[in-house]
Amino acid sequence: MVPLSYYLILSAVLFACGVAGFLIKRNIITTFLSIELMLNGVNLSFVAFAAQLKSLDGHIFVFFVMVVAAAEAAVGLAIIISVFRTRETLNVDRVNVLKL
Amino acid sequence: MHLALFLIFAAVCVGGAINLLAQKHPINSALSLIVVMGSLAMIYLLLGAEFVAAVQVIVYAGAVMVLFVFVIMLLNAGVEERTPHASRVATLLGVPGLIIGLGISAWVVSRITGLDKIAIGGPSVMNGSDVFGNPQAVGQLLFRDYLLPFEVTSILILIAIMGAVVLARREE
Repeated sequence: MVPLSYYLILSAVLFACGVAGFLIKRNIITTFLSIELMLNGVNLSFVAFAAQLKSLDGHIFVFFVMVVAAAEAAVGLAIIISVFRTRETLNVDRVNVLKL
Repeated sequence: MHLALFLIFAAVCVGGAINLLAQKHPINSALSLIVVMGSLAMIYLLLGAEFVAAVQVIVYAGAVMVLFVFVIMLLNAGVEERTPHASRVATLLGVPGLIIGLGISAWVVSRITGLDKIAIGGPSVMNGSDVFGNPQAVGQLLFRDYLLPFEVTSILILIAIMGAVVLARREE
């Protein structure tokens, strides 16, 4: 049997990798992928606690997190396309003005 | 058996996450994120969450990542360029600072709440009851107790669709 702490450690490692990618990477798409990685790490925590507490509420939470992540991906990728159309770059350091 | 499977898929997971950081090209990062999501689905199955595992593969590794790969190919994104004279503080101090900060905050929280007294690693997670997270149980909970949040979710999706269409539309 696997102790709960192993799942939590894996979740923390995934979240830390996501934060590191968000800070280090300069490509806007890779930054966005790092956010998805962080969401996945949090989802693993939800499912592990749901299994530990024998409660299904954690699964429902994971479902809602996935819905919000899908909506966020759709809107965020549309924003990326819009930014690329006006700036001709994907480097976040060059995108420092909100005005189009 | 559970432990061996968990260790294998956890290793694949962490390897994919580190590969995401190491790769220079966004398409390689996206593909390694798909590896992470697939092995996470296997770990969800180990935890008895069948519905979540299926949704993870279909929605995350399927729909969302296809959208990502599609946009990467649409924008013809190349190898990540380095900005000259950019701040190196985030690269040099970010990861060690993050580890130290998270460690200190975890220690403080576990001291305040007394979590370190609880044998959190002791009790086993799930002992083989296969009627735990199946779609029937999750569906009954979702459409009975969580009906209002579920309906609000559909409005959120609708707004996201409209926002994506408006943002990505080409200005005339």
